[in-house]
Amino acid sequence: MLTFTIRRLLMAIPTLLFISLIIFLILDLAPSDPTASLPLTIPPDVRADIRASLGLDEPIHIRFLLWLNQFFVNEPLNLLQHWTGWDLGGEGRTRVISWQTRSPVVDIIAQRMPQTLWVVGTSYIVGILIALPIGIYSAYRQYSIFDQAGTFVTMVGFSVPPFFSGVLVIVIFAVNLGWFPSVYDTTHVVVDWPSFVIQLKQMILPVMVLALQITSQISRFMRASMLDNLNQDYVRTARAKGLTETVVVMVHVLRNSMIPVVTVIALGVPQVFGGAIITEQVFKVNGLGHLLIGAIQGGDIPTVQTLTFIFAVLIVLFNLVADVLYGILDPRIRYD
Amino acid sequence: MTDASSSTSEQVGYTKPRSQWWDVWDQFKTHKGAVMGAAFFIAVLIFVYVGPYIWTLDAQYIDIRARNQGPSLAHPMGADQLGRDMLARIMAGGRTSIAVGLTAMLLSLVVGTFVGVLAGYFRRVDGLLMRLTDLFLALPLLPLLLVIIMLFRDPLRATFGPEQGIFILIVFVIGITSWMQTARIVRGDVLALKEREFVLAARSIGTPPHRMILRHVLPNVLSPIMVSATLGIATAIITESALSFLGLGFPSDFPTWGRLLFDGTDWLQRNPERVIWPGLAISLTVLSVNYIGDGLRDALDPRIRGR
Repeated sequence: MLTFTIRRLLMAIPTLLFISLIIFLILDLAPSDPTASLPLTIPPDVRADIRASLGLDEPIHIRFLLWLNQFFVNEPLNLLQHWTGWDLGGEGRTRVISWQTRSPVVDIIAQRMPQTLWVVGTSYIVGILIALPIGIYSAYRQYSIFDQAGTFVTMVGFSVPPFFSGVLVIVIFAVNLGWFPSVYDTTHVVVDWPSFVIQLKQMILPVMVLALQITSQISRFMRASMLDNLNQDYVRTARAKGLTETVVVMVHVLRNSMIPVVTVIALGVPQVFGGAIITEQVFKVNGLGHLLIGAIQGGDIPTVQTLTFIFAVLIVLFNLVADVLYGILDPRIRYD
Repeated sequence: MTDASSSTSEQVGYTKPRSQWWDVWDQFKTHKGAVMGAAFFIAVLIFVYVGPYIWTLDAQYIDIRARNQGPSLAHPMGADQLGRDMLARIMAGGRTSIAVGLTAMLLSLVVGTFVGVLAGYFRRVDGLLMRLTDLFLALPLLPLLLVIIMLFRDPLRATFGPEQGIFILIVFVIGITSWMQTARIVRGDVLALKEREFVLAARSIGTPPHRMILRHVLPNVLSPIMVSATLGIATAIITESALSFLGLGFPSDFPTWGRLLFDGTDWLQRNPERVIWPGLAISLTVLSVNYIGDGLRDALDPRIRGR
């Protein structure tokens, strides 16, 4: 298991390098001009100077290597220095600088991260907590009314895109009923009980939209996996031994059915970051997805490059986590 | 004994020969959701393709006096901020959305099947192609789609015209970023098929690889391909709408359901139905396609079909 993990980690390095190269090439080949949004009154030679100051006149391989160096060497060193207080000589190190705000990209990401994690993380947990019981009970009472209704609701949750369900809940709960705000206020600080209630209120709508999607995906998996296991011989054996129904279902069957579900949950974590782009846009959550959209529209290549690369790292990382979890949970799977 | 009498006496004992597609159809019919989904999908197709011949208002016709009107007899779904008829716009948008869905699905299916069959059949390219598939799976797709569209929109528009250019771009990016699942499934099935006796028999009589693939392998991997085709339509429609919703898809004068929804959100408080109609159209179409996929998966699974 350990050698497998190490081998996969080593294999991830060339994969990630290749991905970063692809992202870089796509961004570079595209005919976008970061100075295009500046006022038209700037004379052409000044414009050329601005482009040169952004490092755009260097050859492409130099810029790629520079980005690699900044991202993989300078930024981790800075983080280390920041956390431990050691003096690692940070003056000469150049950082990945956003073209839009002229501040280091990693700092902006650190600012935006909490909002995304709060909203997306909460909805992921809520979604899983709702999905598991639904999946278990629908499988246990297959073809019952609960199962039929549950399957239909998950199918709907599967098919309604977040940009519609988000707008719909805004129409219903924010415009018509006026219960919750339609815009997520990221500057809100929780200090006491009333401000916590406000925070809770503004989180309900985005969490609801995201959790609906997550619930429908995971409960489908849970149901299918439970159904696979309920017909197995060991279930009949357990019942024949005289175990109570609760023990048979909740201990024997559930533990075996959780194996694929856990890997699906692990695989879904980076997807939620990707899907949150739209939900963040609908509710104006000032998170990573919002940052990415803004950066794309402004032609801010360093930010887009760094963010997409972080998404890619998350995907590769959680793929690895899923494989390792599968190996740990299921003794029949052996990687060698 | 004449030939004719022998053939009639033989037919008495047999029932009509049935192909497996009749069994598939019989099983498909038992799945209520799938049948309703198929009926609804056909209804949507008729609505968007035949509808404009009955409801002849032009989707681009501007009647400024009717702007922001609610539903009425002249405009059953109301009119937008320029007085363009919403019913006609929904039909026009549906044509584009469904055309994008079908074309992108076809593209991803062709690429996925090609890669899957090559990787499964020829061991030499298997490793390389599967690494490529893994690589594509590791790419963060939605951000990348946004970047590609943002950056290549204008040159393509200049070359192919505003509508054709963006259509080609969107179909292309959705197609080449959604073939990986099909490729994986097809490869797995081809690997299993290669061990079967009929493949050995075909090879022993000297069948060349291309005919082997076209005559013996492809027909046998048709069922997973069909299931991923239906799911592919659903994801393609959703992806296209998401791109349009983020303002990076089709332009406003060339409506799709996603674009109509995006335009409608600005008028949410005044005319909420401008958001609800396109949103319902997307959701119900995707829902029906998903149900068709569910039914097809059951119908094409021989283990379930017998029961």
